[in-house]
Amino acid sequence: MSEKLLQVEQLQTDFTKDKRKIRILHGVNFHINKGEVIGLVGESGCGKSLTSLSIMGLFKGTSGEITGGNIRFNGQDLTSLNVNEMRKMRGKQIAMIFQEPMTSLNPVMKIGEQLMEPIRIHLNLNKKQAKEHAVSMLKKVGIARSDEVINEYPHQLSGGMRQRVMIAMAMSCNPNLLIADEPTTALDVTIQAQILELMKQLQQQENMSILLITHDLGIVAEMCDRVVVMYAGRVVEEADVFDLFEKPKHPYTQGLIGSVPKIGDKRDKLDSIKGNVPDPSDMPIGCKFAPRCTQVMPICLEKEPTSMMLENERLCSCWLYDHERGETHV
Amino acid sequence: MFQYILKRIIEMIPLLLVISILSFLFIHMIPGDPARLVAGKDATLEDVNRVSIELGLDQPIWKQYISFMGNLFQGDLGTSLKTGLPVSTMFADRFMPSVYLTLLSMGWAVVIGLIIGTLSAVFKNKWPDHLGMVTAVSGISLPGFWLGLILIQIFSVQLGWFPTGGSEGWKSYVLPSITLGAGIMSMLARFTRSSLLETLKADFIRTGRAKGLKESSVLTKHALRNSLIPVVTIAGLQFGFLLGGSVVVETVFSFPGMGRLLIDSIAFRDYPVIQSALLLFSVEFILVNLIVDILYSTLNPKIQYES
Ligand SMILES: Nc1ncnc2c1ncn2[C@@H]1O[C@H](COP(=O)(O)OP(=O)(O)OP(=O)(O)O)[C@@H](O)[C@H]1O
Ligand code: SF4
Ligand SMILES: [Mg+2]
Repeated sequence: MSEKLLQVEQLQTDFTKDKRKIRILHGVNFHINKGEVIGLVGESGCGKSLTSLSIMGLFKGTSGEITGGNIRFNGQDLTSLNVNEMRKMRGKQIAMIFQEPMTSLNPVMKIGEQLMEPIRIHLNLNKKQAKEHAVSMLKKVGIARSDEVINEYPHQLSGGMRQRVMIAMAMSCNPNLLIADEPTTALDVTIQAQILELMKQLQQQENMSILLITHDLGIVAEMCDRVVVMYAGRVVEEADVFDLFEKPKHPYTQGLIGSVPKIGDKRDKLDSIKGNVPDPSDMPIGCKFAPRCTQVMPICLEKEPTSMMLENERLCSCWLYDHERGETHV
Repeated sequence: MFQYILKRIIEMIPLLLVISILSFLFIHMIPGDPARLVAGKDATLEDVNRVSIELGLDQPIWKQYISFMGNLFQGDLGTSLKTGLPVSTMFADRFMPSVYLTLLSMGWAVVIGLIIGTLSAVFKNKWPDHLGMVTAVSGISLPGFWLGLILIQIFSVQLGWFPTGGSEGWKSYVLPSITLGAGIMSMLARFTRSSLLETLKADFIRTGRAKGLKESSVLTKHALRNSLIPVVTIAGLQFGFLLGGSVVVETVFSFPGMGRLLIDSIAFRDYPVIQSALLLFSVEFILVNLIVDILYSTLNPKIQYES
């Protein structure tokens, strides 16, 4: 078995609204091996971004806080680090790129300055060295005019270029883990492909791990080694990418895969999942997916299924796979 | 940039012409005849008419305007009807005190306003925020004359630290500038707070934190500069207003500034003084606006002024 880089165990994250705590993540479990690309998928609001922000410890300015579980990175529990220790991880060991390349860069600061910030903090380089490093990073992400771009402002660049800059910035300190939260959602299809290609290529060069958050199962199929499916703040299924697409186990995953249109599809209606994601403050008692599940059974309404290990080391939280009903495995 | 400034200054000329015509018309629409005031209480109708001819007030309005502008272009602002002194001499005495007072008031108001606004935003809903916003609300709601009188009562009458009025020495500027700046400080504090709170929600702030920046660098390098962009506009506008002098503060502190000169001149229908003062205020206002625009473009690289 390969070496684990990140291990998220029973992660619980809450927000406080009107003095009431609302739990959004209810014990999220998954891990990322070194050099592995993990896809994190699920409908909007299921807690994908929050999982990544929990790993990064980026709660400043929100009421969010981790209230349970731990996040082990290279064996070290990130939830026990203090502010300064955590800050030294961010941008150095774990870097992140976001969905909005338009707004993720500071509009009043030159690209070069923004790129040099993490380089100077984490790599202890002087200004001149940092600048050289910044230029070389821009070259690395395929920006040809890197000497000029360094003196330009974000509004002078296209969306794709800005996302390249974000990638250059994230990669500049050679992180072990790159978290990409919908990195291409805001881009044109052709640019999307280029950016993904670039990420894949850099990932292989540096033997870095990637946590790729996306809605797009096509991207998952292309980029990822393993997939983690989330629903309502929980991991409902985890499997190797081929196994998952070949034979999705969880009814929710089946619904997700079913809702991707395939070429040559004769059906005139997509098999999308009926109903809506439940409200975090008003969750059903048993399986959170039960109100929308086509295969719901009596037990699903009473007890929440726990994660069960199936063949090929895949995990699934669904009563359908609990053959000795009521007793759970793993 | 230089060309842009030159262009803006040239553009001022037609604007000022229009302002001068309009203000000329308005001034002459104020009921009341300065000739009668100059001639004195017991003057006969003939006396008044004689004075009127002497002062050129019997001429049609457009002729008066042309002669005013003609003199203006030769650097002559005319002569005060009331005092008989050249308007430029009167301005010379009044203008600089007003400018100093404005600079002082703006200076402390900007510095303290930014500090309070920033602290309030950073410690949102904690005690520094509450304290800051109580200060700001009081600063806005206290009437200037009341604050002025209270300050005089405490610091001049009781403690004797500062004079009650006049414009001699720096001490006589302290209390008026506190009075004048209080409202502006409060306004700037509130604007800075809301602007900074808005900026702190921006995605690039999260990017800054994700890079591993210290919270203090996130604030100073990324958040503040972006939040200052709207604040500069407000500050510039207030600066322009202040340059016109404040009648209330100048009256309370018997401060010899432009505000009171203008009011006195209006009471006396001292046309040349009013006319020149209004033009001067307009020039100041436009110049301040130009400075604000230039500041704006240095703060916000998206704005490039082309000539
Ligand atoms: N700052 C916040 N304050 C309160 N609740 C929040 C905050 N951020 C997220 N949430 C809640 O947490 C839940 C999960 O949000 P999250 O952003 O992780 O979803 P997501 O899976 O990334 O969705 P999407 O695909 O739309 O990005 C949502 O129900 C949302 O309302
Ligand atoms: S546990 Fe029951 S309701 Fe939930 S997904 Fe499985 S079958 Fe459907
Ligand atoms: Mg998200």
